[in-house]
Amino acid sequence: MTLPDIFFYVFASVTVAAAVMVISARNPVHSVLFLILAFVNAAGLFVLMGAEFLAMILIVVYVGAVAVLFLFVTMMLDADYRELRAGFLQYLPVGLLVGLVVLTELVLVVGAWSVSGALPKTPAQTPIPTDMTNAEALGRVLYTDYVLLFQASGLVLLTAMVGAIVLTLRERRLAVKRQDIGEQVGRRPADAIEVVKAPVGQGVAEGGGVR
Amino acid sequence: MDTILNVLLIVLQSVVLLVALLVFIAYILLADRKVWAAVQLRRGPNVVGPFGLLQSFADLLKFVLKEPVIPAGSNKGIFLLAPLVTCFLALAAWAVIPLADGWAIADINVGVLYVFAISSLGVYGVIMGGWASNSKYPFLGALRSAAQMVSYEVSIGFVIITVLLCVGSLNLSDIVRAQDTAAGLFGWYWLPLFPMFVIFFISALAETNRPPFDLVEAESEIVAGFMTEYGSTPYLLFMLGEYVAILTMCALTTILFLGGWLSPIPFAPFTWVPGVVWFVLKGSFVFFMFAMVKAFVPRYRYDQLMRLGWKVFLPISLFMVVLVAGVLQFTGWAP
Repeated sequence: MTLPDIFFYVFASVTVAAAVMVISARNPVHSVLFLILAFVNAAGLFVLMGAEFLAMILIVVYVGAVAVLFLFVTMMLDADYRELRAGFLQYLPVGLLVGLVVLTELVLVVGAWSVSGALPKTPAQTPIPTDMTNAEALGRVLYTDYVLLFQASGLVLLTAMVGAIVLTLRERRLAVKRQDIGEQVGRRPADAIEVVKAPVGQGVAEGGGVR
Repeated sequence: MDTILNVLLIVLQSVVLLVALLVFIAYILLADRKVWAAVQLRRGPNVVGPFGLLQSFADLLKFVLKEPVIPAGSNKGIFLLAPLVTCFLALAAWAVIPLADGWAIADINVGVLYVFAISSLGVYGVIMGGWASNSKYPFLGALRSAAQMVSYEVSIGFVIITVLLCVGSLNLSDIVRAQDTAAGLFGWYWLPLFPMFVIFFISALAETNRPPFDLVEAESEIVAGFMTEYGSTPYLLFMLGEYVAILTMCALTTILFLGGWLSPIPFAPFTWVPGVVWFVLKGSFVFFMFAMVKAFVPRYRYDQLMRLGWKVFLPISLFMVVLVAGVLQFTGWAP
């Protein structure tokens, strides 16, 4: 057993164990933390396969940004978990049915692989170019062969983003004080302060100046 | 046999780097306090050892010997895990930093992405600590930090992209080598990418929760933020992690914009000086600027912080990415 083998088994077993804990942990915050553990170990598996760029992107995007928001939301939730678990038996048949369907499909897919003689027994070799780095190879594929699909998926994401902003943007009708940064920064002492020499016993007039 | 020797070598290198880093942290902490004191016309720590040189070690002993207090209402496991996570992640980033030509423990192809990924994970220590304390102020601090770090990562990412466009590689050593020109000091990227250098510096302050962006632990509003309930060794680990993260950002600034281990004047006798000396000098200079900012600038208000990140830095850096890419493409300077 070589060093990469040992690392593979460590990463794989921790990933599976963490994934199990995600759905079995009682506290939802613990669930999210286990999810993060699973992500990080999946990134480790990517590194072992030579896909280091994907591994880093997985960590930056999923662990560094998406999971932070998950954690953020679960921490703010004030849900009664006993109440959530109350309907468990009622939903059990539906859940079992969905699970059974997924299991059957998985068996069919993997079964076809081993039963059919036409499919190759070894998994298809991914061509890992040896003369260039990961990022370069990905860039060559994405920006030449698949540039249209790449741009289209970017547009879909943009549409989704605009949609989310439109849905949550509420124009408040009432007189709301808004901050005008330009006005704030452009303000000078002369606009706001008036130096007045008040004569003794007279004081300062209400609107400014000497009474 | 070869594998075992290799593993042992890596372990040895890591231990040497760790010890050097920790001793450096002890003095950088003292330097931080001394600079702060000097700006305010105070003397700073000057009792323990000559000129207070042993102050950090005395602090270390004090923290380690104190009794750790774990609040009864806290989530104990996560409460203790949080400082460990902070410290571990901060130290892990140093595995890829090249201190001189070939002096990186792991000279990986995606080095800069690795540092970026690890520093983006730093927020977890803060969030976990804030939540597990089960108390108001730590939780407010944790929420602030989550939003703040995610916002400033975006502009840091774009700044890194502009540098990568000029270099054509994600390897940290390659980034330094690309700045090795006959122009010396003026061939480094701080000059051609000056706006990005400024944005990176300010974003690095925000990313590491340094003043004026230390809203996560703003003592005038939320006691000590996520660290309110912490004391003794766990607190020490938080502080250590924070300062290691600051040094990582200094090192990253040095590598991306200040030519890493390169000599500022590219001929003898300056090129005889070992690269690591230049690296440490440049890193210390960046840290000095960090310390001066802490002394000069008052703390930001939270909404101003968010505005700066999303409405000022994001559009500028996005525009600069397009501009730099365009210039490189049309002048044929692209690597």
